[in-house]
Amino acid sequence: MKREDIEHLARLSRLRLTEDELSHFESELSSIMSYVGEVSSIAESEEDSAPQVGVVYNVFRKDEVTNKPNEFTADIIAEMPHTQGRMLSVKKILNTEN
Amino acid sequence: METVSELRKKFVAGEYTPTEAIEKSFSVIKEKDSDINAFLEVYEDALEQAKAATDRYIKEGDAAPALLGVPFAIKNNILIKGKKATGASKILENYTAVYDATIIKRLKAAGAIFVGATNMDEFAMGGSTENSAFGPTKNPLDTERVPGGSSGGSAAAVAMGAVPAAIGTDTGGSIRQPASFCGLVGFKPTYGAVSRYGLMAMGSSLDQAGPLTNSVADAELIHGVMAGKDEMDATTLESDSYPEVAVKEKMTFGVPRQFLSDGVDEDVLKVFNQHVAELEAAGHKIVDVDLPIFEKGLAAYYIVMPAEVSSNLARYDGIRYGFSAEGDNLLDVYEKSRAEGFGAEVKRRILLGTHVLSSGYYDAYYGKAELVRKKMRAELNEVFKTVDIILTPTAPTPAFKLGEKSDPLAMYRQDIFTVPVNLTGVPALTFPMGSVEREEKTLPIGVQYIAPHGGDSRLFAAGKAIYDAR
Repeated sequence: MKREDIEHLARLSRLRLTEDELSHFESELSSIMSYVGEVSSIAESEEDSAPQVGVVYNVFRKDEVTNKPNEFTADIIAEMPHTQGRMLSVKKILNTEN
Repeated sequence: METVSELRKKFVAGEYTPTEAIEKSFSVIKEKDSDINAFLEVYEDALEQAKAATDRYIKEGDAAPALLGVPFAIKNNILIKGKKATGASKILENYTAVYDATIIKRLKAAGAIFVGATNMDEFAMGGSTENSAFGPTKNPLDTERVPGGSSGGSAAAVAMGAVPAAIGTDTGGSIRQPASFCGLVGFKPTYGAVSRYGLMAMGSSLDQAGPLTNSVADAELIHGVMAGKDEMDATTLESDSYPEVAVKEKMTFGVPRQFLSDGVDEDVLKVFNQHVAELEAAGHKIVDVDLPIFEKGLAAYYIVMPAEVSSNLARYDGIRYGFSAEGDNLLDVYEKSRAEGFGAEVKRRILLGTHVLSSGYYDAYYGKAELVRKKMRAELNEVFKTVDIILTPTAPTPAFKLGEKSDPLAMYRQDIFTVPVNLTGVPALTFPMGSVEREEKTLPIGVQYIAPHGGDSRLFAAGKAIYDAR
């Protein structure tokens, strides 16, 4: 993996990495990827591509509110880093140029 | 070492009280934990609860709930309402849980008392507890060595005698490997046996919670309290989800000799062979089994797990809770909060996961890894037609020294025998099978028993007959 690849992944991952971290991850991720690449030697047989029954199934429950009104509101608001009254405050995302 | 069952007997008989037990926990922590660092927080309110439990025993005796007054230590990625839940990460350093995890609710209902939150690798990522943002935990049996990880604090808390039982989580061996390093019993249930509601998600197709204890009977008791269907976790099983797995007195054990031929410490292998010989002498049947796909498990694991990590940890964005860095715009807040909040191993796995899930790589890595899982399950089903339990060492080495494994891949290899269990979702039990000498210190070695899906009781039965009855 090249330096640009790591920079690209960091952007996708929303991680701002230092120069030092970039060079570390460049070498570490390369060796990890070459190790996990072992899985490519496994070939898919016809049996594998056949759908399996019973392993994965959907689980549903009634779409109803199970907590009391405001049961958790104050505690959740208390965990918010930035608030205005009872609202979560975030940076402006529209017209950020003006 | 003290067991929960012994403690319970004394409580019921009135020879010893929960108040005394909690006071003892506090005094052991006070005496040893400045050096060991097993606990991130000690819950002073435990004493109050212990006094109430003491009164209850006077009134109720043996009718009191099964775990009443028993001191527990809880890994800090499990939510206890009103207590800090940090995941040993800077990003959640000041986060207070808003609700109880289902397993916490069930433990509380059974009367358990929580004496503190235990240290761990950040977000359960690591095999030594060195990845904690709050400093590493040391192994109480040799403080130059790691207790294993990621549930290293939970293992150390039991091994140093602060509590008779602790709860950990296991995504790729995080209960079993520390249990092996600290000379304890550790149990990873069948996937879906225990609710993960209120656990910090790491690899959602792999995660389970389980006990670390001094006896198999204790592990069974605690698992029994925590397990069962939960509406809040859609992956929890019904009692009839898997066909019944019979419990037998004399069993056939399968040993994957080929799998053990590479990378296992020589002394560990000697102890393992001795254990196999003892099983045979006790009248069990030992056969060789071939698990060629199982051996690819580690490679598949380090694709599937980081992929799930990268998705699960996207929620830590510096906006709704946890650490938030100052930034010029929203993206800036995200990137700086995550950069300052996460440690190196977490970042490494997020990057890896993002890579294997990205367009053009998905089929080559993630798709192949899922294929490996499918083939592993088929391979296991085949082996379990003739074998009752598969046997491996829990870890390829005894506890290693702090700072010894600086190369990530060397650390990942610790998980070679444990990750196939999570990838396939079967249950596994570890308990000490012997010990090795290292620099005049005696270090325990754990053996891993693997059963088919839903075979949790078979493992407990075997463990009680073989370990508890020793």
